[in-house]
Amino acid sequence: MTDSLEGTKPQYDVVVIGSGLGGLTAANMLAKDGYSVLLLEHHHKLGGLATWFKRKGGHIFDVSLHGFPYGMVKTCRKYWTREMADCITQIKGIRFDNPQFSLTTTYDTNDFKRTMQDYFKVPADTVDSFVTTIKNMNFYDEHTMTTREMFDKFFPGRDDVVRFLLEPIAYANGSTLDDEAITYGIVFSNFLSRGVYIFRGGTDKIIGMMEAELKKNGVDIRTGARVEKIVVEGGKVAGVVANGKTIKARAVISNANVKATVQRLVGEEHFSKEFAEETRKVRLNNSSCQVYIGIRKGETIDYVGDLLFTSVADKLDAQMLRSRNITSRTYSFYYPDIRPGSDRYAIVASTNANYEDWAYLPEDEYRASKQDLIESTLDALERYVPGIRNKADYVEAATPKTFERYTLHPNGTSFGTKFEGLRVSMGLNEQVPGLFHTGSVGIIMSGWLGAANYGVIVANNADKYLRP
Amino acid sequence: MTKEEIKTVILDIIAEIAPDEDLSDIKSDVPFRDQLELDSMDFLDIVMELRKRYGIEVPEDDYQQLATLDSSVAYLEPRMKDL
Ligand SMILES: Cc1cc2nc3c(=O)[nH]c(=O)nc-3n(C[C@H](O)[C@H](O)[C@H](O)COP(=O)(O)OP(=O)(O)OC[C@H]3O[C@@H](n4cnc5c(N)ncnc54)[C@H](O)[C@@H]3O)c2cc1C
Repeated sequence: MTDSLEGTKPQYDVVVIGSGLGGLTAANMLAKDGYSVLLLEHHHKLGGLATWFKRKGGHIFDVSLHGFPYGMVKTCRKYWTREMADCITQIKGIRFDNPQFSLTTTYDTNDFKRTMQDYFKVPADTVDSFVTTIKNMNFYDEHTMTTREMFDKFFPGRDDVVRFLLEPIAYANGSTLDDEAITYGIVFSNFLSRGVYIFRGGTDKIIGMMEAELKKNGVDIRTGARVEKIVVEGGKVAGVVANGKTIKARAVISNANVKATVQRLVGEEHFSKEFAEETRKVRLNNSSCQVYIGIRKGETIDYVGDLLFTSVADKLDAQMLRSRNITSRTYSFYYPDIRPGSDRYAIVASTNANYEDWAYLPEDEYRASKQDLIESTLDALERYVPGIRNKADYVEAATPKTFERYTLHPNGTSFGTKFEGLRVSMGLNEQVPGLFHTGSVGIIMSGWLGAANYGVIVANNADKYLRP
Repeated sequence: MTKEEIKTVILDIIAEIAPDEDLSDIKSDVPFRDQLELDSMDFLDIVMELRKRYGIEVPEDDYQQLATLDSSVAYLEPRMKDL
């Protein structure tokens, strides 16, 4: 085995731990500012949850490319390259099918308003004032209302409307009715501004472009490099230990989960008692299950929409969204045009999931549950893609355990932490000078857009600290 | 810097952040976000650029001071007069 840390310098200005979109973007910003940056990723690929995998038979699956807001165009252009921004295209068929309603929308402001008025019969001024409220939310605002309270205010007694509003966001960032309204509002209004977008060329293409850009900007990138420890000396960050090797750094930006950063990588003893306690109280967000369905070469599927939110549950219930007794599934349909030049189709079914439901099963039961997840998903999909079992020639499932293994995130969390995690993330540098965290945290800083933008914000804070 | 120069600085920053926007007839007393497609990240970019280019720190509590071109100039003038 080759030593993935061979030839690293003894010291860098900044070490970035983890290559999720937060870590990648922070590394790029700091390298562009002229700092020497070392990026360490334990997996053999860059991207973190923004990932893809190939399987025999020419299959390729995207894990988290279901849709992101238009803001990603600006983020790519401002912090990466114009070329990347130009690959982003809208997906227009966002479908809902559940016992309460069945409709298709583009999920942009105009279509949203139209759907709310014509389909759900909500008065125009109510819709307008809801949209205005949501659009004026900022992440630095005060936040006292829960999403439930906000919905009760605008749409009392309308659990169908609430379902239409919440279900996509619950999938996009794990937020529930009991979370702060801002965690819902910011992400929802990001989507609402212009609808839902994806990256043409697939996750492999964007991550490949990012890697090339990082190299061009001088970032030293090492995969297969697991950071075991962030070194603190004299109360300040002094470097990291990765694969047993000590590397010095003036600042460290961790893209590992924020709790793991404090508790596993730095150690609670380096923080005040109150801060350690506050960190312990941070709730992790939920994890996910996915079923990847590869369509046999030569087979096609008719266009049934791009993103399909389905449920057989009578009403929306956030607990139910994660239950192993799955009633709600989101399907992403990948037609050949996602990867120009390809003639292949794939379907990815996703559900939110609880780590506890999967983590402690005996091996045989775990396998059986995974198989059951696959079978029940194919059965449910039959309704939308008749003959799916004959069209598919490859199927595989991922559970919270899978996400934990590949990202090292505690409980395989898909979207970092609940809202309170953001305060901890932002407070690290005050506790241990030179220590920063970026990536999915606090719900609002999650998803491709949130994680990448948070990378920019944290790089800016690190620059503040590093500048003489 | 003079008021006029500060105005130019701000408009330059915005032009870079939002290259597709037409800034020629921007109304100086109307919030940027009511006339331009600026989201909260674009807005933060303004704050971050002010620090990078001129070393000016705008604390979170003061963000609303940057809502319009006029209020931005009024807020920044005492902070940028010696630059
Ligand atoms: C199933 C699923 C579907 C999703 N769908 C969407 C979607 O459609 N649209 C959207 O916008 N978002 C989606 N998301 C969310 C989005 O993918 C994430 O929020 C975002 O990619 C997270 O980026 P991040 O910066 O937090 O880092 P992560 O992607 O979480 O990456 C962290 C990286 O750090 C590395 N790491 C951790 N510890 C160490 C260590 N000690 N040493 C070295 N490396 C380490 C990990 O290996 C990993 O590569 C989805 C997520 C999931 C799970």
